[in-house]
Amino acid sequence: MSQLSVPHLLGIKNLSVQDLELIFQTADNFKDVINRPIKKVPSLRDITIANVFFENSTRTRLSFELAEKRLSADVINFSSSSSSVKKGETLLDTVNNILAMKVDMVVIRHSSPGAPHFLAKYIKANIINAGDGTHEHPTQALLDAFSIKEKLGSIAGKKVVIVGDILHSRVALSNIFALQKLGAEVMVCGPNTLLPKYIGQLGVKVELDIDKALAWCDVANILRIQLERQQIKYFPSLREYTLYYGVNRQRLDALDKPITIMHPGPINRGVEIHSDVADSEHSIILEQVENGVAIRMAVLYLLAGAGIEQ
Amino acid sequence: MQKRLILDGPLLEITVSRLCQQLIENHQDFNDSLILGLQPRGVFLAERIQQKLEKLLQKPVRMGYLDITFYRDDFRRRDIPLEANTTSVPFIIENQKVILVDDVLFTGRSVRAALDAMIAFGRPRKVELLVLVNRRYSRDLPIQADYIGINVNTMPSQRVLVEWESHGAKKDNIWLVNN
Repeated sequence: MSQLSVPHLLGIKNLSVQDLELIFQTADNFKDVINRPIKKVPSLRDITIANVFFENSTRTRLSFELAEKRLSADVINFSSSSSSVKKGETLLDTVNNILAMKVDMVVIRHSSPGAPHFLAKYIKANIINAGDGTHEHPTQALLDAFSIKEKLGSIAGKKVVIVGDILHSRVALSNIFALQKLGAEVMVCGPNTLLPKYIGQLGVKVELDIDKALAWCDVANILRIQLERQQIKYFPSLREYTLYYGVNRQRLDALDKPITIMHPGPINRGVEIHSDVADSEHSIILEQVENGVAIRMAVLYLLAGAGIEQ
Repeated sequence: MQKRLILDGPLLEITVSRLCQQLIENHQDFNDSLILGLQPRGVFLAERIQQKLEKLLQKPVRMGYLDITFYRDDFRRRDIPLEANTTSVPFIIENQKVILVDDVLFTGRSVRAALDAMIAFGRPRKVELLVLVNRRYSRDLPIQADYIGINVNTMPSQRVLVEWESHGAKKDNIWLVNN
């Protein structure tokens, strides 16, 4: 099949394994394109895409914008801090107004879980979720899985640990769905207060001791502590968190094998990850960023190709 | 479904040999010439021609694979999007003579997309087109081939089917199929 089973990318949960493989295969082709002397293809030249960001973002927004431009789409950007949302407009009204300007696809980031699903129900455009609150961040999970596949050759049978603030992380949830669909074993590791109560029901292993988790895994995906989403204190101090969960050189040197280090960014150096780990030869953090553009090109291309009619 | 044989194995071999001789006539030692096979089906012919040329010239001849999927003009106009193939152009085509190779020339739209795709790898000095089957009276664009295996008069409803022994078919055969 050369078509996704869905008209929108709302989450990894409703994608099939075939969808994931098709996205990876297409991303392979786009990765080749973005390494050419001329990095642009004309595929989406008659398509207009709105990047609607109700929440701050650097990497994801730049990555989407670059992917759209590499595909020759017309791009409009919107961020809530400089818009009429501040004047009391609803989400649906804002997006409908944007669509009235004849937009074909909407890339949306919103602090409320389910905002993209809500739009998909009411709006005639392909919707791509670029992160909805603490729910999902599908393109990040896709590029993470793609990067693991590129580094290790395959995903099936690999052991991946996600370390840190699982409770507030949309990256964690999307990663768990994607990696499990592709046959990897997934573990989450963090202080008890930052692990969702029912996380075990997703079929993941739970480990509180970082050293045991690192000894078990082939890949460690280290997440940021999302202080901006934490209404209460989940641990005594950042210093204590770093002491117990910060990944540093000593912890890696104590292992009997090298493990691949990932981080979705932004990195808080010296908190969840130390510089000597983030910049080490086993870190694929910058490869993740490069693959992000290829993955987003693949998603945009495949969704645009499918159209919105079905 | 009716089908009529328009070129069989032995005749195809003669045709490919003739095309290679014509190429050598114009490109001599191939020092600044190279072949680009169009994905997915033009590459079979390109590989065959490359092998033959290398045998005749007793030296390596450069060949690349060019995928045109992202450059097509019918994106979103098809029911199902086409799957992309590998592009592999492991050399710079700047100032080189490029021979685009495809199996069938029909509307000319693939070749237009190929010209577009090729430019991403540099500005060639000259571009030529080689096709095995030239379907006459069916062009949508002002595009003609420089080297032609066989000319056939076809109707739009017909289809040309090229089978390669090297890629799964029992024998090398070219058929004209009435749908």
